[in-house]
Amino acid sequence: MKFLRQTAAVFLVAIFIATLFAGILAPAPYARQFRESPNALPSRIHLLGTDELGRDLFSRLLYGSRVSLLLAPAASLLATIIAALVGGVAGYVGGWIERIALAGTDLSMSLPWLFLLLTVRAVLPLNLPPAASLLITFGLLGFFGWAASARVICAGARGLRNSDFVLQAKACGCSSQRVLLQQVLPNLRPVLYAQFLISIPVFILTEANLGILGLGVSEPLPSWGGLLRGLENWSAVQANPARLAPLVLLFVVVSCFQLVMPQEDFAS
Amino acid sequence: MWTRVLVRRICTLLLTALLGGILGATLVRFAPGFGVDERELDIRLREDSVQALRQSHSNERNLLKFYGAYLEGVLHGDLGVSHSFARPVAGLFAERLPMTLRTVALGLVGGWLLALVLALPVATLRGWSFDFLASSASGAFLCLPSAVVAILFLYFGGPAALAICAVVFPRVFRYARNLLVQTYALPHVLTARARGLSAIRILLWHIFPVAAPQLLALAGVSVSIALGAAIPIEVICDSPGIGQLAWQAALSRDLPLLVNMTLFVTLVTLAANAAADLTTKAFLRHTA
Amino acid sequence: MRTHRLALLAAGFLLAALPAKPQSGGELRFVLRSEPKTFDPMLVDEEASETIRYLTGGVLIRVNRKTQALEPELAVSWKVSEGGKKISFRAREGLLFSDGTPFTAEDVAFTMQKLMNPDLHSPTGDSFRSSQGPVRVTTANPRDVTIEFPAPVAGLERLFDQVAVVSSHSPKKEAAVLGPFVVAEYKSGSYVLLKRNPLYWKKDARGRRLPYLDSIRLDIQQNRDLELLRFKRNEIQLINSLDASYFENLAKEAPSAVRDIGPSLDSEQIWFNQVPSAPIPDYKKNWFRSTSFRLAISEAINRDDLCRVVFGSHARPAVGPVSPANLFWFDKSLQPHPYDPQAALRRLQQEGFRLDGHVLNDPGGHAVEFSVVTNAGNKYREQMAAMIQQDLEQIGIRLNIVTLDFPSLIERISRTFDYELCLLGLVNVDLDPSAQMSVWLSSSSNHQWNPEQKSPATSWEAEIDRLMQAQASTNDQNQRKRYFDQVQKIVWEQQPFIYLVNKNALVVISPALANTSPVVLRPQTFWNVETLYFSNQGRGASQ
Repeated sequence: MKFLRQTAAVFLVAIFIATLFAGILAPAPYARQFRESPNALPSRIHLLGTDELGRDLFSRLLYGSRVSLLLAPAASLLATIIAALVGGVAGYVGGWIERIALAGTDLSMSLPWLFLLLTVRAVLPLNLPPAASLLITFGLLGFFGWAASARVICAGARGLRNSDFVLQAKACGCSSQRVLLQQVLPNLRPVLYAQFLISIPVFILTEANLGILGLGVSEPLPSWGGLLRGLENWSAVQANPARLAPLVLLFVVVSCFQLVMPQEDFAS
Repeated sequence: MWTRVLVRRICTLLLTALLGGILGATLVRFAPGFGVDERELDIRLREDSVQALRQSHSNERNLLKFYGAYLEGVLHGDLGVSHSFARPVAGLFAERLPMTLRTVALGLVGGWLLALVLALPVATLRGWSFDFLASSASGAFLCLPSAVVAILFLYFGGPAALAICAVVFPRVFRYARNLLVQTYALPHVLTARARGLSAIRILLWHIFPVAAPQLLALAGVSVSIALGAAIPIEVICDSPGIGQLAWQAALSRDLPLLVNMTLFVTLVTLAANAAADLTTKAFLRHTA
Repeated sequence: MRTHRLALLAAGFLLAALPAKPQSGGELRFVLRSEPKTFDPMLVDEEASETIRYLTGGVLIRVNRKTQALEPELAVSWKVSEGGKKISFRAREGLLFSDGTPFTAEDVAFTMQKLMNPDLHSPTGDSFRSSQGPVRVTTANPRDVTIEFPAPVAGLERLFDQVAVVSSHSPKKEAAVLGPFVVAEYKSGSYVLLKRNPLYWKKDARGRRLPYLDSIRLDIQQNRDLELLRFKRNEIQLINSLDASYFENLAKEAPSAVRDIGPSLDSEQIWFNQVPSAPIPDYKKNWFRSTSFRLAISEAINRDDLCRVVFGSHARPAVGPVSPANLFWFDKSLQPHPYDPQAALRRLQQEGFRLDGHVLNDPGGHAVEFSVVTNAGNKYREQMAAMIQQDLEQIGIRLNIVTLDFPSLIERISRTFDYELCLLGLVNVDLDPSAQMSVWLSSSSNHQWNPEQKSPATSWEAEIDRLMQAQASTNDQNQRKRYFDQVQKIVWEQQPFIYLVNKNALVVISPALANTSPVVLRPQTFWNVETLYFSNQGRGASQ
């Protein structure tokens, strides 16, 4: 099991580095259209073939991976920070604050965020560079994705509330703020770290879902979600099975994350 | 005592759901494209008809008024009329809800059965290979976006319920496996096994009582997982249920439909969580 | 003996050569791509409802989708008089609605009165309302009805193809129909089931009552892949407007089923925002209002590549507002603007634009960069936008692609005017240019590039206004054609709409279905639904 974990970690690092050097490794710019060879099969020039517009699939995959692999952790970090603030304070303070915070997470989990994502692009300025709109999309994902983590962190903080060292610190006359920052938060670190790691594949998958529904990153910038839209044309996939590459890569990367991340127990 | 808790719970639940509805309505009202009708581009329409179309949403512009009128309607059993379908919302729900409920229920039952059937042997046999296989199988599904699962089921002709099952199963399995493994390692279970008690008896008398609260809470969460998955799955599989309705309502800024939808989803999610919570508490009290 | 045998053989051949006797029965199945919003024929405003109206409604005059000529249906004859202001019909005798109520001229009068009520806001009714004023409908006797409009209506009799007559007496109201089928069942989001109208008036040459089919099941389904998959599984028998990307694939598997009928009436086009009050910088407004700039963009777009790559060669470079499929109204003297980036650049340089390295700058030194908006989820438009992006890059123009969902898009192009370039398509149902009146009149809200003008902003728009009014006020078809040719020429020269392609009409028809004759006009595959039948009975019914 340990070997598997290590392999997974090495693989993730390798992929990460490869995507960072997409500019060097990619045989063609991701938007370049080889109009004479649309839907080409894999060859020495186009390792994975080309898409409907003749764009090199391998290059698009590299750039698309960069988008997903850089931005999903960023979104996850944002979500974990918000969750830590809301969940940590609520769990530590308890009482009606905790109740309100938990109701807030419930509410947040059942609101139509999909709808908000749908409309966000519509309110942004039109000549915004694609990268900026991309950043905003992932930022929003992070901003909305805190609720589940907050519940877990709240449960963790609640456990710490009555722990010996917290009681002792309180007895020594430490202020609540100080206890929260110096005792509770450091002890929550494993939970926060776990939540951060767990959220990364969640955001990768969310972006993929959005992409397939047509709400993801807009053309011609590639992302895994956008590339997975190619699966909808099943006949093209049958003609060139290399088109499954984004799915396979996504699958492998998320599996690696699952292997690397700590085994969590169920916490409600 | 019991009734007080229950009443308080129900009140909180209703309040939160209403708040959810108001927030949902606000989102739609201030979203770009609100009050715009696709038909305005119909080149056959004359100016006065286009103007009439533009005026048709005027009663929804004031959100407070709309919400007041809506709640008054709800008290009389009237959920309003959907713009995009030109039909009463209650009728649309009545037609489509059974489809989604069936799909989600079948998916949930299937997902849970599969998860427990695989998790139990993992916990009891304690063999490395079976655990590896079962965990890999569930992990594989966990690594696929639900939209991809839907696409695959679409091409291979699987029903939407099976796709939901494929989404629910790995998540339930993951937690159930860990929970059962832990529970089977508890000293009293080990003692029972050493004394040669039958596997069924151990399961029913020693495992479930300990694991039940967490399993019940998990059941609550799995309902919202299944409902959440229903939207992309129904949209992609063209399954005429509530999920598809929600999607179309969002795309056409159908305020009356979306408000009901938000209210419904919030209510179901909260109710499932609250029910799980209450049962857990009752259970703990009972076993204590 | 020998001659006898020969005679027998000849008789046998003769029998075989006679058309096969159509078989009755069976259920035809195909897909509606959206939920029908209404079953009331007067309120129909989208394709799904239109399909149901076509299959269930009886009309006075039908446009033959194949010959594009008019044919009498519920009216045995008609006469247009007073320069297109007045039309008189003689109704067919002895017909019954599907519920048994008799059909008379009174029903026609009732239908027209209801349809022309301005408060109904019916798109069908609106197409008759060329000017304000009451419509007078008179019935002299149970067979004759006269309708008088306040002003001449161009192409008047053609418009009756859309008017399904409803009963004035039937308790079932619009559910009582005169068409070949009746709505039997409807389940929201799922299907509409139509059953054969047993009282339908038409008979075949052998005297058998039409239609041959027992029922039609219309499954409501948006997913095109699923539609194709279901055709392959033989669960549906027709696909209208097949996506070009599926054509080749299906052509390999079922060559006898797929058909490319040539350019359709629909076009895809882009237009620049020329609204004076639009919230975009003034220097950009100056570009967009410049004819040379629009012409340069038009010349910089490789339409042949669009047709070949995006539509797999199942499209043609578009010339203007009329597709070559519209036999009478298309102006054959016009050609699409040729792809010539160098000429485009020269044209821009004459206007003071400069190409500095890879960036085109305007006379004021602003880099030429703008965005194109189109509706999200339309694969072809997204691909066309990506190709135009690369084409424009060659002349130093940076194009940003923004896909929006429909309500947001419409809000931008018709309310806030916060957009620069828009890529959309125009679905043409009517052959007559009068149907496009609201697109070309500068005062109209559908005059997309600069709607609702108090007075025409440019001299060429004023000229288009004049020509459109002129063509609408005469009934002489050739004179109308001359006027509209001039409109087409102005549009070609000024490029307010830059037309990109006319998609071909691609359809799929199961070989089990007989007597099919697909055409470019809607409904492409089932326009002759009453005479369609299953050559192999089991295949239709067993689904």
